[in-house]
Amino acid sequence: MDFDFLTYLFFGGLTRGSIYALIALGYTMVYGIVELINFAHGEIYMIGAFTGLIISSVLTMLGLPILAIVVLSALTAIIYSCAYGYTMEKIAYKPLRDSNAPRLSALISAIGMSLFLQNYVLLAQTSDFLPFPNFIPDFEFWEPYAHILTSPELVILITTVIVMICLTILIKFTKIGKAMRATSQDKVMAVLMGVNINRVISITFIVGSATAAIGGILIACHIGQINFYMGFTAGIKAFVAAVLGGIGSIPGAVLGSFVLGLTESFFAGYFSSDYEDVFAFLFLVLILIFRPSGILGRAETKKV
Amino acid sequence: MKKTGKLFSFITFLFALFFLYGISFAIDAKTDTIKLGVAGAHSGDLASYGIPTIHAAKLVIDKINAKGGILGKKVELLVEDDVCKPEVAGNTATKLISDGASVVVGHICSGATKAALGFYKEAGVIAMSPSATNPDLTLSGNYPNFFRTIAHDAVQAQLQVQFAIENLNVKKVAVLHDKGDYGKGAAVLAKKYFIQKGVEVVLFEGVTPGAVDYSAIVTKVRHKNPDLVVWGGYHPEASKIVTLMRKKRIKTFFMGADGIKDNSFIKVTGKYAEGVYATGPRDVSKNSLNILAKKEHQKAYGSDPGTFFYAGYAATLALLNGIEKAGSTNYDAIVKALRTEYVETPLGKIRFDKNGDATGIGFSVYKVENNVFLEQKIKK
Amino acid sequence: MTIKNQIKKSFLVSLWFMFLTFPILVIQVNTVENVIKWRWLNMIGVGIGSFFLSILWRYMLEKRPEKGKQTKKYQLFFLNNILHEKKIFFPVIILLSLFVLCFPYIFSMYQTNIMISALIYVMMGLGLNIVIGLAGLLDLGYVAFFAVGAYSYALLNYHYGLIFWIALPLGGILALIFGVILGYPVLRLRGDYLAIVTLGFGEIIRLVLENWNDFSFGPSGISNIPKPCFLGIDLSLQGTTKYLFYIIVGMVALTIFVTNRLQNSRIGRAWIALKDDEIACQAMGINKGKTKLRAFGLGAMWAGMGGVIFAAKTTFINPASFTIWESVIILCTVVLGGMGSITGVVLGALLLILLPEYLRAFSEFRMIIFGAVLVLMMVFRPGGIIKNVRRIYKFDPILEKNSVKNEVNS
Repeated sequence: MDFDFLTYLFFGGLTRGSIYALIALGYTMVYGIVELINFAHGEIYMIGAFTGLIISSVLTMLGLPILAIVVLSALTAIIYSCAYGYTMEKIAYKPLRDSNAPRLSALISAIGMSLFLQNYVLLAQTSDFLPFPNFIPDFEFWEPYAHILTSPELVILITTVIVMICLTILIKFTKIGKAMRATSQDKVMAVLMGVNINRVISITFIVGSATAAIGGILIACHIGQINFYMGFTAGIKAFVAAVLGGIGSIPGAVLGSFVLGLTESFFAGYFSSDYEDVFAFLFLVLILIFRPSGILGRAETKKV
Repeated sequence: MKKTGKLFSFITFLFALFFLYGISFAIDAKTDTIKLGVAGAHSGDLASYGIPTIHAAKLVIDKINAKGGILGKKVELLVEDDVCKPEVAGNTATKLISDGASVVVGHICSGATKAALGFYKEAGVIAMSPSATNPDLTLSGNYPNFFRTIAHDAVQAQLQVQFAIENLNVKKVAVLHDKGDYGKGAAVLAKKYFIQKGVEVVLFEGVTPGAVDYSAIVTKVRHKNPDLVVWGGYHPEASKIVTLMRKKRIKTFFMGADGIKDNSFIKVTGKYAEGVYATGPRDVSKNSLNILAKKEHQKAYGSDPGTFFYAGYAATLALLNGIEKAGSTNYDAIVKALRTEYVETPLGKIRFDKNGDATGIGFSVYKVENNVFLEQKIKK
Repeated sequence: MTIKNQIKKSFLVSLWFMFLTFPILVIQVNTVENVIKWRWLNMIGVGIGSFFLSILWRYMLEKRPEKGKQTKKYQLFFLNNILHEKKIFFPVIILLSLFVLCFPYIFSMYQTNIMISALIYVMMGLGLNIVIGLAGLLDLGYVAFFAVGAYSYALLNYHYGLIFWIALPLGGILALIFGVILGYPVLRLRGDYLAIVTLGFGEIIRLVLENWNDFSFGPSGISNIPKPCFLGIDLSLQGTTKYLFYIIVGMVALTIFVTNRLQNSRIGRAWIALKDDEIACQAMGINKGKTKLRAFGLGAMWAGMGGVIFAAKTTFINPASFTIWESVIILCTVVLGGMGSITGVVLGALLLILLPEYLRAFSEFRMIIFGAVLVLMMVFRPGGIIKNVRRIYKFDPILEKNSVKNEVNS
């Protein structure tokens, strides 16, 4: 019995971790390139979920087969999230970069953008919770294990791993990945080497938004409902996870998310879920005291 | 030199405008009407609990004004938003007082109501909430100017406990809540009564609203294996927890309070809502005024009324009736009228007791069957 | 750019926005009722609106001072100059204080009340300005100290009947102690790591208040907190509001005085130096940890006192008033006003808190306007409303003639 309990908590933690990871990846990518806490990232995730819901309902009414609905609405959601991410960067961050504004100004701009997008969806859609269609049916072959890990949770876990592998390949082995790494290390040098950094930054935002959209749809399937405010709480937690792992590092974000998810799950299981967030934050403080730049973060040594 | 100067004068200009705006409001307030304020969450995440009350008040007032008003005066509606935040509610209250409201329908959330009542009390304004269920508001005796058209949480908790023991025959319960003002308050009461009745409370914990995943708490429910999960809080979180419990093949009974007795709970939760119990205001849909109010709403807004609509409708009616019976907007006279005169409302014929709670309003237990809440009878 | 080009560009932008807002603004799905509403009018609106806005946007961006050229030295100092010119300074101050003194008698109680809220934020903004504007420590959990102050008054009053005037300094001191305790382990973290840790602390304090019922009465909060009494006399609601207004005005004046003195003191200069270059600072013999801790603690103290006044004003507090959004709003007042500049922070806080109140007329649109204003302000005035002017000691032949009058000033 007790061992069972442990297994349940372990898989619960893994799911939670992979949910955080899907959002944290976007955070960490943007931070790695422009050193900006993109507060509005959670909102992109929310917009992804909303677009998915809207398109899928329209398609359902047109009477398309379920598979087509799932694929089409997921694709549209990803495309729209990317479009929003791209536009957001052009409106709220690029002008600030151009005028060499202080970094805090960019943070405030991001907060403003987050408020704007939240209320935009609130006004244009609704303040109510909307049921999200269940894109992921209960798999038959998985039935014996469903009490441990539901099918959506399984899909989330697998997707996270795939997304992480894809991102790592993108960054490690492609030309644009090289340009990203160059930009994150030294912007001036990157420009001198012929990297179009505006393009690199745009692409970073687009890729980050795409992962957020995937996360948005999957998580909406998992919890079965969405509203305009869903991005905020999830965004904060994902950000904590990204920092925990060392912000700017992609494996770090995933590791940080899993560590955070597992700690929360075990703490809630063995102690109390009342204080689960308190413990998560305390844990973060402890880690940061001993490793000031996160678990996998680059240690910053400042030379004079 | 010019630029900052311009900006500065622009800001000064803006401020001046705002103040003029404020003054113009103050002047407006002197016209001769009876002013009824409506305060509550009209924006933000709890807006769906506040907006139906505005609709209700509008419908009632339009009807009364069409008949020539009360005491020969027209009734004027003042709507102010408090976002369900205590610190905003204070400002909302003073705004209504400054604008000359003599009675207020609101506020929606208990916390905001508590913060606003102090102001109303000193200004001699009567507040009547359609939804604030915290027992302290009436039972503590601190707020003689407060009334409500909904029964308080303690009544509900006792009913839950009674139902759980008599009908469901539970021996062990888990009590979960959303750490909020309303949710935790209700959960604490439920726990208290369960223990009094000798039922073992195996789990009493809060979850974070808006969290992405509740599997840890669901796992814990499975581990403790209670006969019933009692939920204190609103419907979105309840829906997430029930869904996850059923998806994880946990078949424990689930019971909530009026926070989940809302049709959107069934619609959001879908098939997983089947068999969920909820307490809520007694079914009054057969009441003729109730049917009328529903029709009016459908005609004016093209949809079925939302949560607390009928309670808001009843509160507006009761307040205006109180003023009419009192013959003036004098505070003591209205309070006396509210406590002595019966009034016909969509909730039935009501009057208020010395604490400010409406008499004749009760709760029933409902169970979701085939996508509707069905009233249950308590076994004796 | 030629007009033709402009139009073409704006046309493309408007097409892009029409595409962008299509699913969310045009289609409204109600999955509960299973109905779809198509709102094509919105799309036309977005198309036309974004067409003209994009022209305006580009025009404004071009008008924006260019990189590097933006500090035309003597221009930006305008406001600071008039404030330091004695001939202008004193009449302005006298007029302002007269206005403030008459304020509660001219305007309605509602106006006075929201002014009190705004002034509480002015006070906290100035406090946070010490931490962020001067010492450069990004604190996202400032609201924790606000909560400490508010709860210390509420609880001490509840248990021991402590009156407002004793609670005010006590709340400040308790917040300061908290600031030092929390600050001690984490202040060696840099930049955004510090931000997230302070954010964590802010949340921890709120969660503890929420969960620890025996100590803080949990989410149902503490009600009936007494308002300050004046020489033992119980005032009417009107009276206490006015009284509270004068108290907070006094506190703000004190805060301005203290921060102004701090800014130009030895420790203030140390903070500013630390913000610019930690290593050089240490080389100059400044104790990094201690200096940072002082900034953190002092900033916390103002928040604590703000909290006490807040509790006295609302007479009811619960943990819902101390969410991370509060920290964010205070941070916004500081950055929007102009980091480090006292006048700026005062203006920023007044604007940011009063704006949503006056925007009540727009009710549901107010938060979206608020968000847009934040973005636009940062895009077009990234330094805030009033840019902080650093005190410079420089010999300048052009300025020299004037400098007889104001040698110390910028």
